[in-house]
Amino acid sequence: MAGSGTAHMRNNDEVVLEVRDLVVEFKIGRGLVVNAVSKVSFDVCRGETLAIVGESGCGKTTLGKAVLQLPPPKSGDVVFEGTNLTKLPKEQLRSARTAMQMVFQDPISSLDPRMTVKALVEEPLWIWERGTEEERGAKVRELLNNVGLDPDLVLNRRSYEFSGGQCQRISIARSLALEPRMLICDEPVSALDVSIQAQILNLLQDMKDRYGLTMIFISHDLAVVKAVSNRIMVMYLGKVCEVGSPDAIYSKPAHHYTSALINSVPIPDPTRKRGAVPLQGEPPSPVAPPSGCRFRTRCPAATELCAAEEPQLREVNPGQYVACHHPRT
Amino acid sequence: MSAILSIRKLVVNFETPRGLLSAVRDVSLEIEQGSSVGIVGESGSGKTVMSRAAMGLLSGSTVRREGTVMFDDKELTAMRADEVRDQFGTGMAMIFQDPMTALNPVRRIGSQLSEGPRVRLGMDKKAARARSIELLSLVRIPDPEAMLNKFPFQLSGGMRQRVMIAIALACKPKLLFADEPTTALDVTVQAQILQLLSDLRREMNMSMVLVTHDLGVVANHTDFVAVMYAGEIVEQAPTTELFSNMKMPYTEALLKSIPKIDSASGARMAVIEGRLPDPTDRPSGCGFAARCSYVQDKCRTEHPPLVDAGNGHLYRCWYPLGHTIGRK
Repeated sequence: MAGSGTAHMRNNDEVVLEVRDLVVEFKIGRGLVVNAVSKVSFDVCRGETLAIVGESGCGKTTLGKAVLQLPPPKSGDVVFEGTNLTKLPKEQLRSARTAMQMVFQDPISSLDPRMTVKALVEEPLWIWERGTEEERGAKVRELLNNVGLDPDLVLNRRSYEFSGGQCQRISIARSLALEPRMLICDEPVSALDVSIQAQILNLLQDMKDRYGLTMIFISHDLAVVKAVSNRIMVMYLGKVCEVGSPDAIYSKPAHHYTSALINSVPIPDPTRKRGAVPLQGEPPSPVAPPSGCRFRTRCPAATELCAAEEPQLREVNPGQYVACHHPRT
Repeated sequence: MSAILSIRKLVVNFETPRGLLSAVRDVSLEIEQGSSVGIVGESGSGKTVMSRAAMGLLSGSTVRREGTVMFDDKELTAMRADEVRDQFGTGMAMIFQDPMTALNPVRRIGSQLSEGPRVRLGMDKKAARARSIELLSLVRIPDPEAMLNKFPFQLSGGMRQRVMIAIALACKPKLLFADEPTTALDVTVQAQILQLLSDLRREMNMSMVLVTHDLGVVANHTDFVAVMYAGEIVEQAPTTELFSNMKMPYTEALLKSIPKIDSASGARMAVIEGRLPDPTDRPSGCGFAARCSYVQDKCRTEHPPLVDAGNGHLYRCWYPLGHTIGRK
């Protein structure tokens, strides 16, 4: 990939979020610029879960935050339910953003340790002056019940009294307080034990069904997203590599990077021996990304063409798009 | 083969305001010379406390430790603190979970790397520098000379973990403890680091203890696995035996909860409901009874002993699994 292109965009009535040619850059002094997200386009349909997958530093978290205009992108459009968020004045943006909420990676540090659970979950309702005190109290109890916590036991305790998995449940209750239509989950389970991961993934699925949510699920672990997503977008160094359904991506990944990611997942079976480590080295610096395809420096199939010309996303199988000059077949 | 580390009836309790917290309960484990042993369990299962106690790293007035630990035919548990410290580096070394905080942020990589060779092996500055460069190439860091002058904050997580491994290996330890060495890393980097550890272990004929919560990680990188739950070893066996002939319902539940890339998309994940029992108030029966899907009355009242199933396979269950899973 490391390509741009919009071949994978769907233009139908079901599209809730449309992101076009989004660019996010960070100035780091001495005239240097980190190219965190470079011309990325994608869309999400109502009720769908889009998974954004890639290694640390590929821009997936920045992309998730840029959708919420945190910080506002350098260029590109983010259209949510027909409203272009990049063009909104500050107050209208704040108001529009109540429909989109985020669940963060580290459940313990993302909750204020001095606030009680009741205050944490109720805070969004205070800020937006929703309901009376009684109605808010009832809402908090309902939310805590829905995420599997007993309100009577947890309401007056503080976040440090809970385990990571329980804190993530509190974060999820808090993010649902304003009844958002879209939830952006940034590595919601990567700080948790495997046994707790499964509980939280199931909870997110339940919440999605109960509240009719559209979800963006950001993760570095392809095995985790398999269960929860309808569509997967693989990113590398600020660009899109591949977009497709989970079944297509896992059974016949077209991009060499996707294939390497899949082969990196440890298999809990000692009789299935691994071959060579699928990917050597680390991603190059986003300050000076390689020319052409950004993955070419680690790609087994790279040729001169890959250095000269940036591949564009194109359809290789129905519904599966890849940005690669030499896709796997 | 002889055991490099032999843990016998190890008990670790902490005194807390709420009473005695039992972190490790009667753990016995032998680590054979040159082998790689995985210790698996959830957070709070006692795996980290057990490995630290085995290294003699737990001290303080609130720690109550019983049992014996023999390392390289010497009784660690009978040694004074400074004598235990003399074993570090050349005898045993540890890689910690979080490479971001385990390195000293205000010292250059070169100075942190050369400390071991200078103090333990008595090398002069020049020799220690040469050794540092050799170590950085050993852990496949490109341009090792330039690396010596860098600070930890200039490195990525994967690079920092390589530096941590280089520091641990600096004095050629006989036994390496790796406590969740890849949990903070990406899957791609995890695959690289695990492969690196396996290769180095073979090259240096070193024994390794790999502490992790992920059965997927131990499957391909260990010879023997001990599964811990609520401070006890609940099942232990050679790795292939464990996966083909699992006896303990907890091990099975742990295996099933791992997200797999060949699972159906949209399928619900298998979970282990509930949590570990309170370590200050251990249940009288089996610790896993409250969460076990095969639980019987006996499990709630009587504590199961370790049963020997042959082939080095021990388990702690009244009603062990009769079927084989894990093979596809």
